Amino acid sequence: MANASIIEVKNLTKMFNKFTAVDDISFDVKKGEIFGLLGPNGAGKSTILRMLSTLARPTKGTATIGGYDIVKDDTEVRTLIGIVSEKMIMYNRLTAKENLWFFGSLFNIPKDVLTKRIDELLELVQLTQWKNAQVGTFSTGMRQRMNVVRALLNMPQVLFLDEPTLGLDPQSSVEIREFIKKLNRENGATVVITTHMMVDADLLCDRIAIIDHGKIEALDTSANLKKIISGADTTIIKLSIPNLSSVLIENLQALKCADAVTQENSTELKILVHGDEAFDNIIDAIRANGGKISSMENLQPTLEDVFLHITGHQVRDSADQKTPNAHRHFGEAPRRVR
Amino acid sequence: MSNMGAKTLLSHSFRIAWKDLTELFRNRLGLVLLILMPLFMMVMVGFIYPSNGTVNNLQVGLVNEDSGFNNITLPSQSFIMGLQQINNQTHMLIITNVSSVADIRDMVQKGDLEGGIIIPSNFSTSIMTGQQGTLIIVSDESNPQISATIQGVLKTVFDEMGTAIAQQKVQALNVTNTLAVVKPFNVQTQGIVSGNPTYFDFIAPGIMAMTVMMSVMTGLPVAISQEKEIGTMDGMMVAPINRLSIILGKTLGQTARGLIQGIIILILAVGLFGVAIQGSILLVFALLLLGVFSFVGLGIVITSFTKDQETAQMLMMTLMFPMMFLSGVFFPIQQMPWYMQDISKILPLTYASDALRRVMVLGAGIPAISTDLIVLIVFGAVMIAIAVPVFRRMMTR
Repeated sequence: MANASIIEVKNLTKMFNKFTAVDDISFDVKKGEIFGLLGPNGAGKSTILRMLSTLARPTKGTATIGGYDIVKDDTEVRTLIGIVSEKMIMYNRLTAKENLWFFGSLFNIPKDVLTKRIDELLELVQLTQWKNAQVGTFSTGMRQRMNVVRALLNMPQVLFLDEPTLGLDPQSSVEIREFIKKLNRENGATVVITTHMMVDADLLCDRIAIIDHGKIEALDTSANLKKIISGADTTIIKLSIPNLSSVLIENLQALKCADAVTQENSTELKILVHGDEAFDNIIDAIRANGGKISSMENLQPTLEDVFLHITGHQVRDSADQKTPNAHRHFGEAPRRVR
Repeated sequence: MSNMGAKTLLSHSFRIAWKDLTELFRNRLGLVLLILMPLFMMVMVGFIYPSNGTVNNLQVGLVNEDSGFNNITLPSQSFIMGLQQINNQTHMLIITNVSSVADIRDMVQKGDLEGGIIIPSNFSTSIMTGQQGTLIIVSDESNPQISATIQGVLKTVFDEMGTAIAQQKVQALNVTNTLAVVKPFNVQTQGIVSGNPTYFDFIAPGIMAMTVMMSVMTGLPVAISQEKEIGTMDGMMVAPINRLSIILGKTLGQTARGLIQGIIILILAVGLFGVAIQGSILLVFALLLLGVFSFVGLGIVITSFTKDQETAQMLMMTLMFPMMFLSGVFFPIQQMPWYMQDISKILPLTYASDALRRVMVLGAGIPAISTDLIVLIVFGAVMIAIAVPVFRRMMTR
């Protein structure tokens, strides 16, 4: 059973009027795996998650979870899954315990089992001493932990996490990441996580699907994805140019050997280059434009570079280009990434 | 649906209703408003609406242009004395002496007066020569209601004075009952229940019916769209529960809220405004619940079509106002033009407030309100039959 698929997605498509949010995607998630959907806001990853968690109906295509069809057997699917949404699913005027009790009672869990489980879960996220306080008084970190344990009430085999570290301080993000790993390790739960945070994807996920404009552009382990760059005689160079100008950047972008040029700050550039004479070409171009190179280094590829290499734009770029329609349909607040 | 399924459905509904009510009771400001809203409604509508015959302190100008008959102005003077005498008892008018007709017009235009009485120059002459004495009432046409009231009040006063004068004249004929000769008919009004119902008795049942039914119709879409917006709806939707238990639970919660408000109105009406309940109090509550039932379907349909709270609230306001004014809650339906009456006949609130009024004011039993009951049941059943499939589709978009 080690490599059996628990989620099978076939030609899943979701259209909002004429806008195709999810475009004919297929993939499998193995049992016990942490699977990441990486992409900018509006790429369609939340919509994929909503369809898999029975909250939205696919326009075309299908998916099964644990062998159950997400449309026809939605009730069975719901008993198997837990969802942690970007929006906090809890009632501010109810206490931590009351919130868990309410959501737990909707799962037909016997009273004594539920009582015990709520205590265990609150202990797990160190909220026991706050169990009788209204969650409206909680800090963001505490609320996010509540949000996660709520999804665990039914001991789900598949846990869906939609941007679980969004808006969290670095320390809370680490806590949540550790917690997700622990759940996966100890309970054997399969985790499907959407994120636009490269760190999340890199540190957490066994396999990552890179999503852009509703399509899967690449799907592999983090290490293999990075090999796309190092294997394809592509190199990332970081240049420090004190007298950096926009004309220079444009000229560099025009070079054949440069796949992508991104400006890191007022003096630094990151360039994805390929070919044997790439370095020479780049240096020549900078010189020709009167640029001075104060330092130059060769970088290890990151997931961000992979994303750039595959889609031709940065994660944060496309977040700004997000269509107004997408905001409405995904229910995501129009906020800048990072 | 199997027995087991129905039991789970109900149990989930109760959990949701309990959750909603817990939230409600922990929201202090919300609770205060919950009590204040019906109180304001009663006080405003009850005190502002002019109840019959209780007009006070109308500003009226008096112009005496009487030139007398051979220097005798007795008729106009006795008229003024009589007018003041009657007014001292009733306090309907505040009489100001004004020098000319033009002044009255000026003062009405400025808003200093609400009307005027003119005694023409030939008043004494006419009376002394055995003719009818003419009095002129000046009215403020910018305010038809006050104008009509002044006319009514003054006509009553003149009528009483005329009767008194006629009685004096008839006395000379040696008649035992002078009033019987002057005014052979005496009209008395008798209600079918004891007591003297006020305007509060008229509006209290209507406001109760309205509050309870509106709480379902308006509360449901707002409560559901709010949960959709903050995201908690997803938490319920990913649970393996029947979608109907969400709407049923929400309805139960809103009904409880509406009934609490209804009871507050009832207590205020009885305790503060002296409304007497003639019929069965159980029937009153049964009617309120039936009113809720008749509105649930409509509330669900509206819920299904509204995406966010703002739209829900705006739609509610649009629907509420015509309902409030066309359902005979504040004004009798019979006062309306025929086409408005036709519209009011298709509004369930009309029947609920009518039935409630009959029970509370007239002490009616079930047979007397059977038409209202049938309309409410049929309306409710039809709306629910429409609403359930619409709601199911909305929930699985």
